[in-house]
Amino acid sequence: MSASSATSTAGIPIHEALCRWVFSSIGKKTIVAVTGILLVLFVTGHMLGNFTIYFGPDLINSYAKHLRDLGPFLWVIRLGLLAVVFLHIFFTMLLWKENATARPQKYAVGDPIKTTVFARTMRLTGLIVLAFVIFHLGHFTLLIFNPSWAHLDTELHGETVHDVYRMVVLGFSNPVVSAFYIISLGLLAFHLSHGIGSLFQTLGLTTRKMRPVYEAVARVYAWALFVGYSSIPISILIFGLGKNTIK
Amino acid sequence: MNFTLRVWRQDGPTTSGRFEEYPAKNIPDEASFLEMLDIVNEELEKAGKESVQFDHDCREGICGMCSLTINGVPHGPGRGTTCQLYMRKFQDGDVITIEPFRVGAFPIIRDLAVNRTALDKVIQAGGFITARTGSAPDANSVPIPKVIADESMDAAACIGCGACAAACPNSSAMLFVSAKAAHLGLLPQGKPENERRTVRMVRTMDEIGFGNCSNYYACEAVCPAGISASFIARLNRQYTSAAAREAVGATTI
Repeated sequence: MSASSATSTAGIPIHEALCRWVFSSIGKKTIVAVTGILLVLFVTGHMLGNFTIYFGPDLINSYAKHLRDLGPFLWVIRLGLLAVVFLHIFFTMLLWKENATARPQKYAVGDPIKTTVFARTMRLTGLIVLAFVIFHLGHFTLLIFNPSWAHLDTELHGETVHDVYRMVVLGFSNPVVSAFYIISLGLLAFHLSHGIGSLFQTLGLTTRKMRPVYEAVARVYAWALFVGYSSIPISILIFGLGKNTIK
Repeated sequence: MNFTLRVWRQDGPTTSGRFEEYPAKNIPDEASFLEMLDIVNEELEKAGKESVQFDHDCREGICGMCSLTINGVPHGPGRGTTCQLYMRKFQDGDVITIEPFRVGAFPIIRDLAVNRTALDKVIQAGGFITARTGSAPDANSVPIPKVIADESMDAAACIGCGACAAACPNSSAMLFVSAKAAHLGLLPQGKPENERRTVRMVRTMDEIGFGNCSNYYACEAVCPAGISASFIARLNRQYTSAAAREAVGATTI
């Protein structure tokens, strides 16, 4: 391909224009917002999947089996998610670095000036949630802490499948694990309380009239996720969900 | 009224600064914040000390020249500029900390006076329209819907003081840039240069070294002109749209 064919009829080459957009302040923010949407969709889907635990061992075990049966496609989803997480954090860090240098001398007297605690703690909550996600993958996916869980099997429609139901009940029967889980989900709700409302602004969808609406919806959505996710360890630990299956 | 001032003193742009404490005695409660500083400066001069340098001009709240971060808030408590802040807003005996606008792109000239040329550079990048010379066109020949005219006027209220960047935890000037881009871009007269204006202003803002907007909305809370952060949303979508059109060759910047 010659240099001229990569050039648009007017102005700069397309890859150069793209690069300029990606690394502009607004471009970086937009990437954080778009990857944020994908991650919100993921946590929503993940929570709905988790709810199958309330319908007994067979449903969650068959849900887990269907996920496993996706085979190579599952890996496409996993690597895609990993890429999304990487981009979300990478561009946040680029923005953070620039923001830190934009004010070399800090104020001696600070005032939060109407900024919310959710907005001010975005990096902290995000990084703790990242640490939790790593622990969570080691806990329930890679089974690093309890390798014996790999042999938890059960019968499902005449087939031997991994007993995810018992694994989750065993996992959350540990109060420390459940507490860490609930605290991390609380921090995720903090993160999304700012994040979901904020992404509308970054994508340019906000108007004076709609901002309070987006922000209210964001808060409700973020804390609904918290309640939904936390209900499972609480049901197991306090209300004895699945107690009879582990003995 | 009597106050204790903790004032940032700095001899020049490259020297390091420090806080100094001065008493502000017998200040009338109807004195503006700047008048209070005038009184303190007179006392300092009588005592043979260097007066505190601070920016001011019209003292009517419309020029955008006065600045100061008072107890951590640009332009101090309440809506409006520092010159429109009256000492009755404070309690007798208060300790008041006065700092310059702390933005890397606004270097300190001396004490509390900062150089806000960075904002002029953004304006030079696109804050203009192309107008033909000669006879003026008939005023009513270009119809403008009232909502658009109102929106443009709301953006045009920006006095370019830089308090948005001073309040922003990231030192982002997005509220200023978005107001300036919208004020012209909304009107038919500013449409021909709209994409070029948007992209060039944002690029200049980035090059100068302002921070990035994290949607904290501290800017909106301190803006003496009440500029809405919804203009930032508008700038975000217009910038991305113009950059995309530039990438595919539908426009030149």
